[in-house]
Parts: sequence; structure tokens; C-alpha cells
Amino acid sequence: MYIYDTFDRTLVNERVAEFRDQVARRLSGELTEDEFKPLRLMNGVYLQLHAYMLRVALPYGTLSSEQMRVVAQVARRYDRGYGHFTTRQNIQFNWIRLSDMPDVLADLASAELHAMQTSGNCVRNITSDQWAGAAPDEVEDPRIWAEVLRQHSTLHPEFLFLPRKFKIAITASAHDRAAIKVHDIGLRLYRNEAGEAGFEVSVGGGLGRTPFIGKVIRPFLAKRDFLSYIEAILRVYNQYGRRDNIYKARIKILVHELGAECFAREVEAEWRTIKDGALALDPAVVADIAARFRYPRYEPLADDPPEVAVLRRAEPRFAAWLANSVANHKVAGYAIVTLSLKPEGGPPGDATAEQMDAVADLADRFSFGEIRVGHEQNLVLPHVAQHDLPEIWRALDRNGLATPNVGLVSDIIACPGLDYCSLANARSIPVAQELTRRFRNLDLARDLGRLHINISGCINACGHHHVGHIGILGVEKNGEEFYQITLGGRADERAQLGELLGPAVPYAQVADVIEDIVAAYLDLRERPDELFIDTVARVGIEPFKEHVYAVH
Amino acid sequence: MTSPLQQKLKITGPVVITANRLADGTVVYRGARGDWTTQITEAAVATTAPAASELLVAAVAEDVLVVGPYVAPVELDSSGRSQPGNLRERIRVGGPTFELPGNFGS
Repeated sequence: MYIYDTFDRTLVNERVAEFRDQVARRLSGELTEDEFKPLRLMNGVYLQLHAYMLRVALPYGTLSSEQMRVVAQVARRYDRGYGHFTTRQNIQFNWIRLSDMPDVLADLASAELHAMQTSGNCVRNITSDQWAGAAPDEVEDPRIWAEVLRQHSTLHPEFLFLPRKFKIAITASAHDRAAIKVHDIGLRLYRNEAGEAGFEVSVGGGLGRTPFIGKVIRPFLAKRDFLSYIEAILRVYNQYGRRDNIYKARIKILVHELGAECFAREVEAEWRTIKDGALALDPAVVADIAARFRYPRYEPLADDPPEVAVLRRAEPRFAAWLANSVANHKVAGYAIVTLSLKPEGGPPGDATAEQMDAVADLADRFSFGEIRVGHEQNLVLPHVAQHDLPEIWRALDRNGLATPNVGLVSDIIACPGLDYCSLANARSIPVAQELTRRFRNLDLARDLGRLHINISGCINACGHHHVGHIGILGVEKNGEEFYQITLGGRADERAQLGELLGPAVPYAQVADVIEDIVAAYLDLRERPDELFIDTVARVGIEPFKEHVYAVH
Repeated sequence: MTSPLQQKLKITGPVVITANRLADGTVVYRGARGDWTTQITEAAVATTAPAASELLVAAVAEDVLVVGPYVAPVELDSSGRSQPGNLRERIRVGGPTFELPGNFGS
């Protein structure tokens, strides 16, 4: 956990007071909606179909048990008893009254949470690997660098009115769990041949109506130059980004139109003017930020304790969960535990206040009070002693948080869709719910292996459909919901965009078509361990197309 | 963004004016007496572009009560009462189309 200082707390509290005044002036009529809208968006407040929605930042997907309890309290006191964890490691509340919003933000501020820069044309919540600080394969904790950027970009006057929103993701592992290639800036911390740690910098990734995979513009960036180089990217974007056309305003369009090489030259030219100035990072500053991260005091423990082996033999459900939801930790005797928020028939990413409280209690008892949110909309307890796994499994199971489907066909990413969102054209959640029912057989799901289905209810792609192994995009045709299906997308270190299978299918046929695609995969795969995504890569989408459109 | 008043209205059937209530976001409809009601069946129905424009102009003027008024299609039931005219409006009337987590508000 990162420990905030007085400056952070003052800043957040001052923002709450400021917004309280703005809300009062809006409710009294002193401010018009045109005047107020940009102010509420700066505080994460959207107006959706039924109510106001509040998006709260969870920096780099890390939150404490205390913060989770406050989030639960907000859900219970001001909302309808649940919240929605998003693909950007935020949490959204769907039913909060504007008149309650200042009190909500004050409650959140009591736990050092806020909603700043969760909307608007600014640097949004900087996301990272949900296994950061625990993953065996990482170079170092990427959240330190996310925090450096968070501090630098929060209320940075030059970057509060960018041409469009700006999303940055950081990983420090070879396997990308943070989808960095589909972010405006993607940063991969690694060691070069000389053994020095630095960043590979990608720009211009993004989804939405014009999806692109990010292009590497600098293969290795020294830590000293971290801030100055990113500042240079933002300056070039701020100068040349299209402000005349919202559909062409993201940096991905600029990078595409200029070409990555030309864009990189512009950045390098800007960077040369600032790299040795105030933004050159003093290692002492980074060390100070790193020192404010509190890490667990691990006990010396051995891997594979006997109590785990005993229960694994005795209880197949535990064995299934262990194999699916528990990953290796960098420290012997510990494990990373993923909590599925994708139960059969549930809205993906939703958790009730009771579940949040239960997770907070379990984090205190078993994970040094620390919780993570992943972009796949699941939660993680990052530091669990392996000998506690039987007990934590029983507790998770009682709370509906032990569905062993992490990374499997029913672990679906879905945006809120037309059930909540004023931008959506079609529903996402009911499609996901139906698919989790169709694929409720976990033996089949395990046989299928890793298979990501991502669903968006409109072209804005909050459900990351372009990079789903199977992507589903809701569109509206003559007042009816139709769904375009893509195959072969992926969001990891080999990120690529899916390819359109064919004509869109109506709502009532989506689940049938997905079942047909999965059946085709079972016919087409060469071996039981050839993953869906590898089969698509090997055979292309034509065999799937023939199978699906021959039937429908 | 173009103001609703600057957009040319194309009316192909009965419509009502809908918005969200400022203080809590609740879905509301412009009533026949110039009031705001949560019941779509009590909404004033327009069937021509001038009539819809007139309702919309009055609604937009009430910026302190509601947010984002717009023209929404409705269907008239056998009693002549308005019902939502498309899926989006049905969801705005009935809420999300699935049981909410924890059964709140279901």
C-alpha cells in the first residue's frame, strides 16, 4: 500500500469542499447545466440513463481493506448496495443522487479515495498489473512508477485540457496483465542486456471506434528520463492533437496520421529541450516515493504445505479453485488469489456491499490488508500464505467469490451497456449473463482452456471487445439490438485486434452463435492444449465463419 | 455539441419530452400542465414537430429542475396512454433488464 502524505489529503479535502459549493450552486440554479457539467465531470460524476453515476479512482488497482469498507459503506448508504469494478481499475456507483454527492466524496476522502480525473480530457487513473509487487516474473513493482506519474499528472495545469482523455498503463512483467498495448501510453519496465532497468514506451494504442495497437517509439527509456519523456509525449499531443473533431482527437489518430517514426521524432525534439531540466528524475525522489509503499512482512514459509494437499485430494471443488484461481507468488509459501466477480448469471464486475466487506475482512486476515482490482473486473488478494488457502477458499465460497472460472469462457469482460449507459446502443450484461449460463459446466470450461469473451454495448469499446478472443459489439439496427462478433483479438504482450466474423446477429441468437464458435473450436483444434486463440491464429476465421453462418 | 433546440425535429409518431431530475437523476416526463412527472403515462404527447418543439423549448427553460431534456418516441396503448417507444426508453422506465446484485431495487 502507498501511504499518502498531508499534501495528498489536503488536496482531496479541498476538492470535496470546492465540489460541495459547486453542487449547491447548481441545485440553487446559480449555475446552469452547461456551466456545471464540466465541473461534475472533473469529479467523476456522469449522468446515465436512470441516475447519476460516480466513478471513483483506485490508483493502479490497489486498495486497502479500510478503503474497501468505505466503498461498501458508500454502496450501502448512498447507492443500492453494490458497485461495479471497471476495466480501468475504477469502481462505479450507479444510483447516487447529485444532492448526496458531496457527502459521498467526503466519506471517500476519509479513506483517501477520490474521483478526480476519472473523467474529462485529462490523464486518467494510471493502471497497472493487478499482481504488481507479488508477481514472480516482475522486474520491480511498477506501481512506484505509476505513483510517480500520478503525482506529476494530478491537476497538472498543462494537461487538464488535452484534446481528449488520456490513459496510461504500466507493467513490469514479461506477461502483460495490464493491456498496455491498447493504452494511449503503454510502459513496460524490463532489464536491457546491460542489466539496467528501464521502459519500453508504446504510444497510440486504444480501442473505441478506431482501434489501434500501440507502437513502440522508444525501445528503452532510462528511469531518469521517465517523467520528461512522458511529458514530451503529452506536449506533442497537446500541440498537434485534433481538437476540431472528437472522433479524431485521441493520440492514436495523431500517431497514425503522422506515422510512429515522425511522431517519435517530434517527441524526441521536444524531449531534448526538457530532459535535463527539472523533470530529470532524482533517484532520491523516486526512492522517497518507493519508501511510502508498505510491503508485507512475510514469514519464512515453505511452498506446498500439507493442509493444502490434503484438502486438494479430499475436495474436488477446492482442487478446481486451486488450479484456476491461485497463482505463484514471488515469495515462497505465499500465493496470489483471484476472486472471480463472474458468478453464473451475475453482472460481470459487480460486487455487493456485503461481498466488499467480506473481502475487506479476508484481506485483513489473510492478505496484509491489501486488495487489487484487475482490468478483467475481478479482485485479487495478492499476498496469501499458502497454508491459509483452505480457510480462505471456504470463506470465499460462502460469499459467492470462489467461482473457479478465472481466465475461462465465463470470465467475461462487459461494459454496463444499455441497461445503464447513456451512450450505449445495446445491452451487454444480459448477453454476458446468458453466456455464463450456457457455459456453466466448469469441466467443459476447463477443457476449453483460456478463452476471453469481451462485450461492449457500443463502439466506444469500454468492454474491450476488439481484444477479446471472442469480441461482441452491440449495435442498433432499426430499433433492434444486433451484435457484431470478432475473433482472434488479444490484449496481452502479443496484443492484436480481432477480425470481424460476418454480419451482425440479433440479440436472441448471440449465445447460440458463441456456442457454435466454441463447438467449431473443439472440432478445429489440433490438440486439447491448443488454446482457442492459437487455433484462430492457425486456421484463420474462415472455418469459424463457415460453421456459424451455415447454421444461422 | 448541438443544443436540442438547434436540432431539426423529425416526428414520425407520438413523442413526449423526457429528462432526468436535477437533484437525483430520476427519469421524468413533461406533463400536460407544464409539470414534471415520473409517470410516462402522464406525459404530454405531441404528434407534430411544432408541438414537440414547443414542449421542448419550455422544458429546456427549466434548467434548474431537470437535465438534458429531449424528445422520445412513445407508443399509445389501447387507452391512449403513452408507453415507451423503444428499448432505451423501456429501460429508462423499467430499469435494468436483469435482477440487480443483492436484489436491491429489483
